[in-house]
Amino acid sequence: MAKKIISVKVNGRLQEKAVEPRTLLVHFLREELCLTGAHIGCETSHCGACTVDIDGKSVKSCTHLAVQCDGSEVMTVEGLANGGVLHAVQEGFYKEHGLQCGFCTPGMLMRAYRFLQENPNPNEAEIRVGMSGNLCRCTGYQNIVKAVQYAAAKLQQTEKEAA
Amino acid sequence: MNDAVDPTILERTAALQGMGDSRLRKEDARFIQGKGNYVDDIKMPGMLHMDIVRSPYAHARIKRIDKSEALKLPGVIAVLTAEDLKPLKLHWMPTLAGDVAAVLADEKVHFQMQEVAVVVAEDRYAAADGVEAVMVEYEELPVVIDPFEALKPDAPVLREDLAGKATGAHGPRDHHNHIFTWTAGDKHAADAAFDTAPVKVSEHIFYPRVHPCPLETCGCVASFDPIRGELTTYMTSQAPHVVRTVVSLLSGIPESKVRIVSPDIGGGFGNKVGVYPGYVCAIVASIVLGKPVKWVEDRIENISSTAFARDYHMDGELAATPDGKILGLRVNVLADHGAFDACADPTKFPAGLFHICSGSYDIPAAHCSVKGVYTNKAPGGVAYRCSFRVTEAVYLIERMVDVLAQKLGMDKAEIRAKNFIRKEQFPYTSAFGFEYDSGDYHMALQKVLDAVDYKALRAEQAAKRADPDCPTLMGIGLVTFTEVVGAGPSKMCDILGVGMFDSCEIRIHPTGSAIARMGTITQGQGHQTTYAQIIATELGIPSEVIQVEEGDTSTAPYGLGTYGSRSTPVAGAAIALASRKIHAKARKIAAHLLEVGEADLDWEIDRFKVKGDDGKYKTMKDIAWASYNNLPAGLEPGLEAVHYYDPPNFTYPFGIYLCVVDIDRATGETKIRRFYALDDCGTRINPMIIEGQIHGGLTEGFAVAMGQQMPFDAQGNLMGNTLMDYFLPTAVETPHWETDHTVTPSPHHPIGAKGVAESPHVGSIPTFTSAVVDAFAHVGVTDMTMPHTSYRVWQQLKKRGLAL
Repeated sequence: MAKKIISVKVNGRLQEKAVEPRTLLVHFLREELCLTGAHIGCETSHCGACTVDIDGKSVKSCTHLAVQCDGSEVMTVEGLANGGVLHAVQEGFYKEHGLQCGFCTPGMLMRAYRFLQENPNPNEAEIRVGMSGNLCRCTGYQNIVKAVQYAAAKLQQTEKEAA
Repeated sequence: MNDAVDPTILERTAALQGMGDSRLRKEDARFIQGKGNYVDDIKMPGMLHMDIVRSPYAHARIKRIDKSEALKLPGVIAVLTAEDLKPLKLHWMPTLAGDVAAVLADEKVHFQMQEVAVVVAEDRYAAADGVEAVMVEYEELPVVIDPFEALKPDAPVLREDLAGKATGAHGPRDHHNHIFTWTAGDKHAADAAFDTAPVKVSEHIFYPRVHPCPLETCGCVASFDPIRGELTTYMTSQAPHVVRTVVSLLSGIPESKVRIVSPDIGGGFGNKVGVYPGYVCAIVASIVLGKPVKWVEDRIENISSTAFARDYHMDGELAATPDGKILGLRVNVLADHGAFDACADPTKFPAGLFHICSGSYDIPAAHCSVKGVYTNKAPGGVAYRCSFRVTEAVYLIERMVDVLAQKLGMDKAEIRAKNFIRKEQFPYTSAFGFEYDSGDYHMALQKVLDAVDYKALRAEQAAKRADPDCPTLMGIGLVTFTEVVGAGPSKMCDILGVGMFDSCEIRIHPTGSAIARMGTITQGQGHQTTYAQIIATELGIPSEVIQVEEGDTSTAPYGLGTYGSRSTPVAGAAIALASRKIHAKARKIAAHLLEVGEADLDWEIDRFKVKGDDGKYKTMKDIAWASYNNLPAGLEPGLEAVHYYDPPNFTYPFGIYLCVVDIDRATGETKIRRFYALDDCGTRINPMIIEGQIHGGLTEGFAVAMGQQMPFDAQGNLMGNTLMDYFLPTAVETPHWETDHTVTPSPHHPIGAKGVAESPHVGSIPTFTSAVVDAFAHVGVTDMTMPHTSYRVWQQLKKRGLAL
């Protein structure tokens, strides 16, 4: 199958690669770029384990073509920590025991990262709705809610300190 | 409280992060940074990809398979069918239940989505193209979906390969679709109880087929090195050591040259216990082609073809006195095992530990009978987050006790308290022969009733029932369950002849840090965190410097794996006892270093102290160093131990769960207003992890009770095999959980721990049903079949004239 060259910025780094037009973004990330953080849990956009951030939106990369990202900025879980310092959502999931098997975690983190920009001060019901595109089979979500609350508080505090 | 406690003792204890500490998880750092190492993350040089051609029919004869078009496609390397596996005698494989299962369909298919051929290609897209291009011609055969139909004299013969076999792995077969009939208890005594009992109740209770559906599907990377003759396979397996034995037996490769590695596992819940055709085919393909071969199934394949759970049609009967004392229990089960008997149970127990079905109650006479049947459905019958068939057993007895209470007009809590095994009766031998280790059911029940103000809830319910305009029906569910976990004593439990012990090996390094390896494998339970805590408390080494490794058969000691809540009861005991071997040697070294007798030493947290002289001591760190350079005469160097633990008995965790539901009379929607879960898992190693496990188990129980189902049409098509149809709850539907606990240590376990991860699944499912049925109890409803979806509940509302 003829390949198409795409140019996409992934975690701040420009990548130029030739891909088959049918290549899913999640396969491009995992197999071409060896970024295996995004996982594949279904093929119907339900589980959210493959969630990444594209141009400021949460996207399920298992139902998104790599060629659709030509010229875009993609961020994956590997891009969350900054110079070895964990992002507030990563710290929240760790501190509040928001993960068990870890398979849904990269998608959860990427969704939480974007959700807290959409709604920096959410209540519990808003968190539950905001995170409802991501399934977890292990935690029962109660600690995921706490993890997002932890991250929200931390991000607000950081912002306050910066101001 | 003793205020004079030396603060350094508290500080030293805290520094260990041992048992009882809600230590944060050691495994999280990699998972939160996208650095987990799951099977699909593994990439090897020259690796090929395999995909599977599956049957669209549930029962059909294969007339012809044409590979030619597929083989012409770019990137396609090979196509394998049963004909290719026949010369290797690998077209069928033994199952854990003593049956055989087709690896690739041999002349006919027995269920929809059965494996018919595999395509190996240079990448996963080319493999998928190849699957599309393999042409298979089928001749449809009559399909049997209903297990009752399967046993009719003129039912189609499903397993032609078993023609003429009057005896199966578990005794005589009386019909061509019959697998086994297994019984437990004393039939004569149970019948006698029923003959004379003044009160009898019976109920037909169906526990539908569901699927464990971990978020990561099953898969493997098989890599055969033809030069060395060694096979390495990375696999989503909950039991890698047993898989190694099976692979060696099937392939003829010496077990020493087979290495099975379970890397990070994205949830198992029983789904990853068995050996699936995909694994076998990937291994064969790697051996034949001399290259690594990866196979990872998709979600539809996972739900359609890998191991299901439950599918038990149960007839329960209780005999009792008019004031509610249970005198006898009888149970008859028809078990739909699908096309091959591939249940994952201890070999001698084709219905697992279903005979725990006398529950938490002192029932003098009991008998059960389970009949296994073939149908045109996928094989399985695994323990979905439970010990073997314990979920079914607990569901049966808890439903039956509710039915009896209703018949007698008694309160659910009262009838349970009346029949509980009393605290002073432990150890208690049930009518089925289980020896319950410990419990205090009355105290735990009272704690829950007080916490939720049970009387006030019943008063509220009565008031709502009295109001014909009340828009909701209120239901209160109560379950008081006991599990049997930690399989198990090898005198009773084995898998293919291997006793169900587990193991631990610990090595203390010269500078006082340690590595420990076990025969289990974590799939999210947090073993790397909690196992280290056991060692920390036993040996006085900080958890932080104890590395825990599992899952690689070339490095870990042999163990039976992680399922049936057996990790803490079995491997946890092995860890404690291996630690104690090291502790005993450390005492000798300490005595040598301090120039006193062993009896002159006291152990304190992390050190041996000379009795009566606080200033003279050696820490475990000192002893570790000395064990490599300064030993008493006759003692070999090093500080390490291995222990294989064969449990003397199972463990019996229990719980008291209460649920309040409000059912919308207009829509049938059931709101979980409150769910209160009290668990007693004996000694608690890490309360944070226990609570997390309970939240997760309750959520899986909620999914089963309220939405999961695998409906088949008459042609054997599975009507819901994607996450569009198969219910995995999101954060929105999932209720808020309230947790509580009591602690009744197991007297026979080295640290008193009983296991916890499955209790919330086992206990919550009947609690939801109890609550939903309770909402309709005043109009005479005694049972409702799961899942309690809005539509099904609304149908009940309509039928009883309660719909608005």
